[in-house]
Amino acid sequence: MMTTSRPADGPSAADPPAASPLLEFKALTVDYRGPDRKPHRAVDNVSFSIGRGETVGLVGESGSGKTTIGATAVGLAPAAGGVIRFDGEDITRTSTARRRQLSARLQIIFQDPYSSLDPLRTVGRTLMEPLLLHRGNSRGEAGTGVSAMLRRVGLDPSAASRYPAAFSGGQRQRIAIARALMVSPELVICDEAVSALDLSVQAQVLNLLLGLQEEYRISYLFISHDLSVVRHMSDRIVVLYRGQTMEIGDSESVHDHPSHPYTQALLSASPIPSPRAQARQRERLKLALRPARPAATTAFCRFASRCPFATEICEQQAPALVPGPTGADVACHHVAEAVARATV
Amino acid sequence: MTVPLAAAGKPHARPRLSPLAIVAMVVLAVLILAAIFAPLIAPYNPIAENLSAAYQGPSAHHLLGTDEFGRDLLSRIIYGGRVSLLGVAEATGLFVLIGLPLGLLAGYFGGVLESAISLIAEVSFALPQIIVVLAVLALVPDSTASAMIVLGVLGAPALAVFISGAVKSVRAELYISAARVTGLRPGRIIVRHVVPAIVSPLIVQVSLFAGVALLFQTGLDFLGLGTQPPQPSWGSMVADGATYLGRDLWMVLPPGLVIILAVMSFGLIGDALQDARADRRRTTTAGARRRAPAIRPLSSARDQLTVPADAALTVRGLSAETTGASPAAIVEDVSFSVRAGGCLGIVGESGCGKTMTVMAMMGLLPEGVRTTAGQILFQGQDLRTCTPRQYSQVRGSGIAMISQEPVANLDPSFTVGHQITEVVRHHGGLSRRQARARMIELLEQVQLPDPGATARRYPHQLSGGMAQRALIAIALAANPAVLIADEPTTALDVTVQAEILDLLRRLREQTGLAVILVSHDWGVIADACDAAIVMYAGEVVEEAGIDDVFDQPRHPYSYELMAANPRYANQPRTPLPSIKGTVPAVGEWPDGCRFAERCRFAAAECRAAEISLDPVADGHWSRCLRNTEVPQLKLENA
Repeated sequence: MMTTSRPADGPSAADPPAASPLLEFKALTVDYRGPDRKPHRAVDNVSFSIGRGETVGLVGESGSGKTTIGATAVGLAPAAGGVIRFDGEDITRTSTARRRQLSARLQIIFQDPYSSLDPLRTVGRTLMEPLLLHRGNSRGEAGTGVSAMLRRVGLDPSAASRYPAAFSGGQRQRIAIARALMVSPELVICDEAVSALDLSVQAQVLNLLLGLQEEYRISYLFISHDLSVVRHMSDRIVVLYRGQTMEIGDSESVHDHPSHPYTQALLSASPIPSPRAQARQRERLKLALRPARPAATTAFCRFASRCPFATEICEQQAPALVPGPTGADVACHHVAEAVARATV
Repeated sequence: MTVPLAAAGKPHARPRLSPLAIVAMVVLAVLILAAIFAPLIAPYNPIAENLSAAYQGPSAHHLLGTDEFGRDLLSRIIYGGRVSLLGVAEATGLFVLIGLPLGLLAGYFGGVLESAISLIAEVSFALPQIIVVLAVLALVPDSTASAMIVLGVLGAPALAVFISGAVKSVRAELYISAARVTGLRPGRIIVRHVVPAIVSPLIVQVSLFAGVALLFQTGLDFLGLGTQPPQPSWGSMVADGATYLGRDLWMVLPPGLVIILAVMSFGLIGDALQDARADRRRTTTAGARRRAPAIRPLSSARDQLTVPADAALTVRGLSAETTGASPAAIVEDVSFSVRAGGCLGIVGESGCGKTMTVMAMMGLLPEGVRTTAGQILFQGQDLRTCTPRQYSQVRGSGIAMISQEPVANLDPSFTVGHQITEVVRHHGGLSRRQARARMIELLEQVQLPDPGATARRYPHQLSGGMAQRALIAIALAANPAVLIADEPTTALDVTVQAEILDLLRRLREQTGLAVILVSHDWGVIADACDAAIVMYAGEVVEEAGIDDVFDQPRHPYSYELMAANPRYANQPRTPLPSIKGTVPAVGEWPDGCRFAERCRFAAAECRAAEISLDPVADGHWSRCLRNTEVPQLKLENA
């Protein structure tokens, strides 16, 4: 187990090692109006940032707010509070015109390779659109760019004249990646970008993303529910539960030595592809997660209702996100007990 | 690395119209052109009377005969088209000009505009259109144009609401979000991405409305409310014909048939254009090229597979193919057996035939697919020889199934309790009270909290995990011996997945239920199964007890598929071992070993002939000539 400890006033695990971050979320809060018209807090006071060429993984289950955070960064969802800065500029509530300029530097890849491509436009026209818009390129120049990018993502340039229906899921995801990269963005948000793909294709696409990052020094915000994929891709990992940050730190600390009881539960719940190891892990999960029961509305720690360590304080006082024993920042009143149990 | 394109559909392939649609287009074009150029082509003046030639049938002088004043019917039909078709154009034009933009804006931006339009539409639905038009005609007598304009205006809100709905569903598509992120303005997004997607439903609406408008216009003229004599119109010609029906049966026929032809043409053209556009969205997999395998030599020892004594279900040599002109195999020679209380995993990537195999077992193959060989042995009978009636009995009580989208598999308009009780009563012949007690018992069995309250809930009030438990309860209602679970946890969170897999394990132990679990996730297979088969391109490539599958895979595909899992990556942020290329599409399976193209061990003999599934160790089968070399590859175990 790691025991490196950091002074509380030192650099936070929420920030990249280098000084100026490329994308920064400060105390981000997002509300959704549910079908009952009541505002529902999807993201609650989340702060972290992404450095140049860095990958930050955002992991959590449904309702954790991970997709919402990505959508807020590209202007698809409005922030209710907090600040989002891109390269030092406040982009929380930016004009459509400015957003248009920003979109050349900040792109997103969606989960579903089937609905993310316009079925009625050829692949070439879809890929050309950002070039014509941002670069003012002529059609000929744009066409050359399209061929080069299709080759780069491992497709034949003749793909440009076909419609999306002619491609498999993995090929479509390559096309979606090509579309995001056409304008040479500095940061790409990958929202469950490989979740819909089969294992062998997923590996191909992950390798492609890693290769492109090395080549162009792109930063990724890598959003996924799959911890092992996030661990493989990320320098740092943010763990979310119902809109709040549970743990944040470099991916080795968070994945290999989880400090927060929720991170521990999430890890024990993802099955290991080895029958004996999984049988052992099954027993661990029984200890890591209490059966679901209605959450007390007054609970300050949102995980308290399912946490095996929860005591009264968890329902009275919000735990602060502070450096834990492994170097990651952890929001938990009982982090010492949780870490102690994990090492047994 | 270049991935071969899945399908070599011709780029820009023009969709073909049906012959009937072409006939309809020609008919309409002829009618319109004739109306436009009436003075040039009409043989007679349409209002010139010639009483000596009244009531004539078709002849060389008058191709369609004459009316009561001896006027040439053909000429009157040609001129009459001007009134009728112009009216249709006026009504349809306003219908689209008002309805389409309003619908686009309302659907894309929503909010107040959308509410306002739906309010207006409701008011317009409530208005009796015919009375409004008659009132307008009272103010502006004999004006067909004003009547048709009113019809178009009254119809427009309905189109706006319809378009708005279509736009809203397109608006939710991710490619619209992608276009917004790219920085396209709303106007351009609407023109480039939204309009093309709603053109098909728009065409149908417009063609239907055009048909209605034509009937309406001719109706007005028939009643004498529009065009006044002696000016010809199709409606008034039918009215004239009807008046003299006793004297001359012929007169009513030409204008009547023209109206019917025109209305039918509008409908046919709408349908055909919609179909033609829809074709483009469909996957254009080039027709199955692989010749249907004649009777394949059934492979080796697998066919002699004896049915184990404790087998709950045994499948032997099951094959299925697509029907049609060039049938292609989609599942070939699949054999396995699951024992009572056991759990057999079926692993593989999409397109490998996992789901088709279980659908074939359930007798639920989709349209265009049929089984061609093999046996499905369940409780002493071969289900393949069952009548549909017997099969549905087995499906209800012997073999149950749950699938990937739990919420979508429940009926949204009934409570969970109602849906379970219905199934219970269908099977049990129980009284209402007994059925309810059994329903609560089932909800307890699947460990839903507070069964009484859960039973009163509707599907949308359940989380994904609760919905899957409810479906398992329905599946258990008739005490099945076998449960087929097709990716039962893929749509669920991992913590919920763990609970559902626990539940399946408990049910197996308590009731001896046999489970067949289809999954692409090795972790789920390791957690839930005691044996597994690995499928690739429609056939079983490996079968073994669960420990052997993971500890010493004997087929390169099994090994490579496991190694591609990031969990096994020894160094984060380094390339994962990936299998080159993709699973070959149905109809494009290579001869010999189907994995050879992508296999690191492939040699000439692998491609020479079909490879059989042979035993490689006790209870362990592999379809690979070089299976002994696979264990040399070591997984960095997690």
